[in-house]
Amino acid sequence: MTQDIGQIWVYLSASPLLGLTITLLAYQGAYRIYQRSGCNPLANPVLIAVTALVLFLTATGTDYETYFAGAQFVHFLLGPATVALAIPLYTQFKRVRSMLWPVLAGLLAGSLTAIVSAVAVARMAGASASTQLSLAPKSVTTPIAMGIAERIGGVPSLTAVLVIITGVLGALGARPLFRIMKLRDPAIEGFAIGIASHGIGTARAFQINEQSGAFAALAMGLNGALTALLVPALRHWISL
Amino acid sequence: MLSALTQLLIFQLSGEIVARSLALPIPGPVLGMLFLFVALILKGGPGAELQTTSQNLLMHLSLLFVPAGTGIMVHLHQVGSEWLPLLLSLIISTATTLIVTALVMKLCLPAPVRTGETR
Repeated sequence: MTQDIGQIWVYLSASPLLGLTITLLAYQGAYRIYQRSGCNPLANPVLIAVTALVLFLTATGTDYETYFAGAQFVHFLLGPATVALAIPLYTQFKRVRSMLWPVLAGLLAGSLTAIVSAVAVARMAGASASTQLSLAPKSVTTPIAMGIAERIGGVPSLTAVLVIITGVLGALGARPLFRIMKLRDPAIEGFAIGIASHGIGTARAFQINEQSGAFAALAMGLNGALTALLVPALRHWISL
Repeated sequence: MLSALTQLLIFQLSGEIVARSLALPIPGPVLGMLFLFVALILKGGPGAELQTTSQNLLMHLSLLFVPAGTGIMVHLHQVGSEWLPLLLSLIISTATTLIVTALVMKLCLPAPVRTGETR
């Protein structure tokens, strides 16, 4: 009997089925916890699911590549989901158009701040050069950030992790911060969240309301494009 | 759902092809989003199927970040040895970015449309 279980495990650990299934299970479990907590941002579903998965993979001695062979099917959907963001954007187009200048100014200021402040603080705190380079694109969505990190000589998979942490921090911190600032415009809130913390922030912004989510999606798309231009241009300063 | 998913993939693919053939620094999916956005304006809105499929996909946007996030297990060492600079950088930078973006937008916003209407 124990031998059977061993054999089953040999099969499972070599097949993409397990990686895919545990990803979906971990997320659904995490989402349930998040809902039970009354949508407390501290119970962020990404944070809980990732923690559970890392513990499980470490405990079973499964390496990340084996896991990713299955999880890549979920990861792949990031592309079509990014394209799909055009729809809420279209729905909110009128409001976006009426706010063209604030949107452009906020984009430029926010994008520069995100890059420069991340690198500057890390440098002052004594981070290594490769860590600084990996940090530069941390505010944009995973596939874009990884591409940028690769181009400037950072570590793409480290960047992916930093991007996720940034997203969770933004999702956690944005509303309390805005409350202190007495900011009550869902469009501005959403846009700032989208600039600072990409898709995870956008997911959070959609919970505020649809307008907030649409502006977050817009910010995330624009910031992805602008950061892809700015970081290579600032590369000289970053790798000083 | 099938045709909507196909449409999304076609836009992603065309974004990818244009980005690569013109050597643009903008990633393919973002360009695909732009193309779809333009198409929606030309067409006057998404069909019901595309609307529903996109809504379903975006409802669980967080799920799509889980595989990449789990990659932290590969970098536990680098993250562990530089955790303080990393944490300081991420917290300070994220907060500063949120504040600067919101303030700049608020300053640029003409006074009459200052309050966001919710539907």
